Amino acid sequence: MALLEMRDVHVTYRSQEGPIPAVRGVNLTLDPGQILGVAGESGCGKSTLASTVLRLFPADATVTGEVLVDGDNVLTMKWGQVRAARWAKASIVFQGALHSLNPIQRIDKQLMEPILLHEKDVNENAARKRVVELLEQVGLPGRLADAYPHQMSGGQKQRVMIALALACRPQVLIADEPTTALDVMVQAQVLDLLSSIARDHGLALMIISHDLSVLATTCDEVLVMYAGKVVEAGPAAEVFEHPKHPYTRALSGAFPTIGDMTSRFAPSGLPGDPPLPGELVSGCPFRPRCPEAEDRCAEAEPDLRPATDEQFAACIHIGEAVST
Amino acid sequence: MTDPLLSGEDLKVTFRARGGGQARALDGANLSVSKGEIVAIVGESGCGKTTLARTLLGLEKPIEGKVWFKGEPLEYSGRALKRYRRQVQLVLQDPSGSLNPRHSVYEAVAEGPRVHGMADEVGQVTRALAQAGLRPPERFFLRYPHELSGGQRQRVVIAGALALEPEVLIADEPVSSLDASVRGEILALLLKLREELQLTVLVVTHDLGLAWNIADRIVVMYLGRIVEQGSTEEVLSSPKHPYTKALLSVVPEIQHTESIVLAGEPPDPTRIPGGCRFHPRCQELAAGTAAAVADKCTTQDLQILSGAAGEHQAACWLTS
Repeated sequence: MALLEMRDVHVTYRSQEGPIPAVRGVNLTLDPGQILGVAGESGCGKSTLASTVLRLFPADATVTGEVLVDGDNVLTMKWGQVRAARWAKASIVFQGALHSLNPIQRIDKQLMEPILLHEKDVNENAARKRVVELLEQVGLPGRLADAYPHQMSGGQKQRVMIALALACRPQVLIADEPTTALDVMVQAQVLDLLSSIARDHGLALMIISHDLSVLATTCDEVLVMYAGKVVEAGPAAEVFEHPKHPYTRALSGAFPTIGDMTSRFAPSGLPGDPPLPGELVSGCPFRPRCPEAEDRCAEAEPDLRPATDEQFAACIHIGEAVST
Repeated sequence: MTDPLLSGEDLKVTFRARGGGQARALDGANLSVSKGEIVAIVGESGCGKTTLARTLLGLEKPIEGKVWFKGEPLEYSGRALKRYRRQVQLVLQDPSGSLNPRHSVYEAVAEGPRVHGMADEVGQVTRALAQAGLRPPERFFLRYPHELSGGQRQRVVIAGALALEPEVLIADEPVSSLDASVRGEILALLLKLREELQLTVLVVTHDLGLAWNIADRIVVMYLGRIVEQGSTEEVLSSPKHPYTKALLSVVPEIQHTESIVLAGEPPDPTRIPGGCRFHPRCQELAAGTAAAVADKCTTQDLQILSGAAGEHQAACWLTS
């Protein structure tokens, strides 16, 4: 059974200028041991989507659809259940992790806090023992339990954040831009760590990133979001190497293959900027920046359609919609 | 080879570290850049790439070595530095952080010309904005940073540098905070500026893909030294130094043969290892493929690369 499932999830924020649709109808499933990537630029709704899993969105946001964590719908749970589910069933490694640790508390205290709060039968000694195990699990020496955050490097802090997310043995782990502020070498280490944890412990892992190349190397499946919608979905390597949606093609081309002479002195980008949520055009939202747009793209917003057996894209240039 | 426009000779910069030690941030580096060239300085954080850029800008004064610009050594008097900065400009990373949120685009770009008492301020601002691809420029005069997208903000920062009609731009991670689709446009702008204005560009980055996209030459740094340099094609297609090989192997791409993920983080510039400074992390040494020179690796420091333009050089006992 899927550990995480989203069915037709919509999130709308309220603002003075009227409702702002941030996520518009997203479906996904995530099985144990599976790694799913969500790619997209700032403002595409990817972090909002993640916030629904633990009901972390602001109180005035309207959320519809179903978000099932291990079969239970988070959106309709009582608050007590939501609190119990946070950390223990699903947890998030937040963006900007390097600044998320409390600078004046030792690492062991910060790691023990969720354990002691969530598991009443665990005493301090047992919690401390688990902290050392957690640190070792993320490849850090257990003695760092006594350290303060400023005594650690960026990569070490990011590992601590991962250990923190794992503290209450969740089944679903969400990593929001886990490597953005890190160096290439440390990025490679952290990605290796995340994927081995997911595979070894049968966790369902969702990685959110603006960097499609990072997701392509780490994930099984990838969703590409644009203006709150999934515009392409499929096996990670396929999506990166043979993108079907013009937007995915642009994202993929932004990270050149070193050695490929066609990208030498020819960086590829897209004209224009990502749309702000709420500023949607008629028809396909990507139309204003799309190199392949035609008049009929303005007529209706395309849904995902099968491009291959496993790959789907929301573009009218992909075959014809197949009724299912 | 033409005379270099800007060069650094045996540059050494130290900082006092917490706890009284000394960090050798730049431990002997030679680099020369010709007019119209785009050179990428790459490496991990703490490798000294930003210190090298700051030293070339005159923001750090080296304890040893000299910076040369147009055949003259850089002087560090206030007046000389001010004159120098009109010609060698810095483009900061993260445009959201480096623009004053309460200054309009016009104000932000006009600041440089004003400080330097340039004539025709409006004309300079208009020209600079247009060169940075913000057209029509007048439309942007009264906009504020929060009304602009990330890509437009980065263009404003670049326009601020261009307003002084510099000969050299030094850009520190110019696209790392930008969205993927915008990144290519900014890189294309740097290429266009080189073409149209004969601008010389030094890019500090950890992104080898960026270097492949725009740089003529690459300089790879590790712990305060340049460990490999050469044309971008040579360095990225046939790297000589084990460190460069490792960096290349972790660029996220599918076709990888095998990633060489070096353990640990770059070591501490307050405690630079003896022998080859890379030896504690070197995968060749660990795998025994460097057995023939292993003695030298652990005991003998390597010669500082001369930085001669047009040569592919690496500071490694295996190749020297």
